[in-house]
Amino acid sequence: MRTALFLLLLLALAAIPGSLYPQRSADPNGVRLYFDQQPEIAALLDSLQLFDVYTSIWFSAIYILLFVSLVGCVLPRTQVHLNALRAKPVETPQKLERMPAYVTAAAKGDQLDRAEQVLRSRGFRVRRLDDSVSAEKGYLKETGNLVFHYSLVLLLIAVGLGGGFSFSGQRVLVEGDTFVNNLASYDAFSPGPLFFENELQPFSMTLEDFEVVYDLRNPANLGQPVDFIANVTLDDGLTNSNSDIRVNFPLEAPGANVFLTGNGFAPVITLYDGVGNIAFSGPVVFLPQDSNMTSLGVIKAPDASPEQIGIIAFFYPTAQELESGAYASIYPDPIDPLLTMNVYLGDLGLDAGIPRNVYALDITDLDLIAGRDGPNPPIELRVGEMAELPGGAGFISFDGLKRFASLDVAYNPGGLWIMVFAFIALVAIVFSLSVRRRRVWVRQLAGKIEYAALARGDDDGLEELIVDLRKEIEGD
Amino acid sequence: MGLLAVALLMFAFQLARLKDDPTESRFERYGFWVLGAGTVVLGVGVFLRGVAAQRVPWANMYEFAISGALMILTIYLISLRVKDVRYVATFVTGFSLVTLFAAVSLFYVEVKTLMPALQSYWLVIHVVVAIMATGFFAIAAGFHIFYLIKAAGVGRALMDRFPDLRQLERVAYRFNMVGFVAWSFTLIAGAIWAERAWHRYWGWDTKEVWTFIIWVVYAGYLHAMATRGWTGKRAAILGLIGFGAVIFNFTIVNLFFKGLHVYSGL
Repeated sequence: MRTALFLLLLLALAAIPGSLYPQRSADPNGVRLYFDQQPEIAALLDSLQLFDVYTSIWFSAIYILLFVSLVGCVLPRTQVHLNALRAKPVETPQKLERMPAYVTAAAKGDQLDRAEQVLRSRGFRVRRLDDSVSAEKGYLKETGNLVFHYSLVLLLIAVGLGGGFSFSGQRVLVEGDTFVNNLASYDAFSPGPLFFENELQPFSMTLEDFEVVYDLRNPANLGQPVDFIANVTLDDGLTNSNSDIRVNFPLEAPGANVFLTGNGFAPVITLYDGVGNIAFSGPVVFLPQDSNMTSLGVIKAPDASPEQIGIIAFFYPTAQELESGAYASIYPDPIDPLLTMNVYLGDLGLDAGIPRNVYALDITDLDLIAGRDGPNPPIELRVGEMAELPGGAGFISFDGLKRFASLDVAYNPGGLWIMVFAFIALVAIVFSLSVRRRRVWVRQLAGKIEYAALARGDDDGLEELIVDLRKEIEGD
Repeated sequence: MGLLAVALLMFAFQLARLKDDPTESRFERYGFWVLGAGTVVLGVGVFLRGVAAQRVPWANMYEFAISGALMILTIYLISLRVKDVRYVATFVTGFSLVTLFAAVSLFYVEVKTLMPALQSYWLVIHVVVAIMATGFFAIAAGFHIFYLIKAAGVGRALMDRFPDLRQLERVAYRFNMVGFVAWSFTLIAGAIWAERAWHRYWGWDTKEVWTFIIWVVYAGYLHAMATRGWTGKRAAILGLIGFGAVIFNFTIVNLFFKGLHVYSGL
């Protein structure tokens, strides 16, 4: 017990730093930021695994020790308890008057039969001896205690195995696009250590429509989104079904659940190069930058000639011009959408075989031909408009506006088991805490009758129990 | 409306304080009448907030605090019928008052529409049980405090009117027991909700971390109560550490720690 207590307190203490420092599992950006701002301290913290507290050696050591001590404690107790369950109540002790609760009364004939009957009806396990009755009840307390601890062990195993077989993958899907469930289709994929590719069951999913509902009634939060609805068609090879994915309401796809985790705008853009060929065409995913959905997007056209074209574009769903001449979005819904673009020419660096972030453009070696600080003003387009790029570099058109949804496909087989064991543990701890283990003895002596009771642990109801029992047995 | 509740509670606070003198039982009776009235007014206030918001009134810090205060008072008034625990009236009323004060002056926000992540029936289950657990832990903390004061032998004249140490310890244990079970449930319900909303049942979000810490500390307390040499003062201190963590989780973690449980609305 003392060891368990010590390890529990140590575990609580060890969990604290995980809430003070950003964790790689929960907040990878926070960790990156920490490294950028204080690289030396970050390196020190990292060597102590303070950015991965819950998978660190020291945290693991504590809970593994805790569970070892738990098993070491619970196994022998199980044996003892099984024996107790099979055994009869103990023999009546010689000196009942030493028990914490004790009363005597004048005997009115032989009342042991009556005592036996009363105790049995109260759920006691009763053993009849020569001149006394020995009874015990509340075995459920220890049963609950043991079941609780075993459930915790099983829960930990379920967490481990479940995490092993689990996977989660992210995919950004523009309205009208289809996702096919295989490894290559994911933008990012994180499998557990025991994941095997067959776990991905075949299905495809098309994002038909994405709708955002804004609050237009409550002045305290006008324009705050109150619902995100991704309407998808799911095709599992046999049937087609249409359903909505919303926050809190994931879609049950074959072998995984699909969750909605983000959204944004994807303007449809066509770019013609200087010789009149289409250098780029399609929706571009723009990443939201603020609560009014000012969004940033990058277009790369490495096939454009005579020179490659790169564009950094801002999208304002409801644009308003500021005094400085810059724009800001004043509402997240596209009421007056505007696209502004800085256009660059030069080698985009895509041909060297180095993987590049599609959401960023390295402008160090590029020439700015249109932009706020460039030789020409930035290109401004509204839906349906087309503009000519300076110097005969080409044309660009803003053909339409779509939305995109960020979807998470996740599977963890441990979840159900964890829930089952957690609820078993909960029920068991209720029994363990509320049931009282009590022993009662009734002894008939010449001329008097003795009542005594003993409890395991602290029990303030013993006296009352004895008085009640006496009343019931003696019938007054 | 909120102010009225505060005023009434303050009144109850002052009167209930006098009950420590057994000869002045009239004051004590008035104190409990006023406490009951204050609780009813607070209940109406919380209910009206729910009507105004058209949902359960515990979706942000302000609402959690007023519902929490109501819960503590309700639990206390009910437990008075089960057991004579009049002697912690001062603590319970005082604590509720501080909670309400903080709610009205620091956490107040206008009624806002729920963000999509909070639109779930788990908001009803997970949070109401969390509030209940907090209520039981809070009252138990009152017993711990009086236990420690009495055990230290300070203020004898007053503390002699309190029940003996064994009794204080026992009642605290009961309240913590119920609180622990409720807390375990809220943790499980939270994990189920997190699986729906954040596609994982547990992710060591700051709030999850502190919920875990609180659970472990109270588990430690329950072990201490079953360990020879750890009952009494040490267990009481552990119980208070646990309750300190509950308060820390509600205030500091909500306001200053970065995490997914950003519902304070401030």
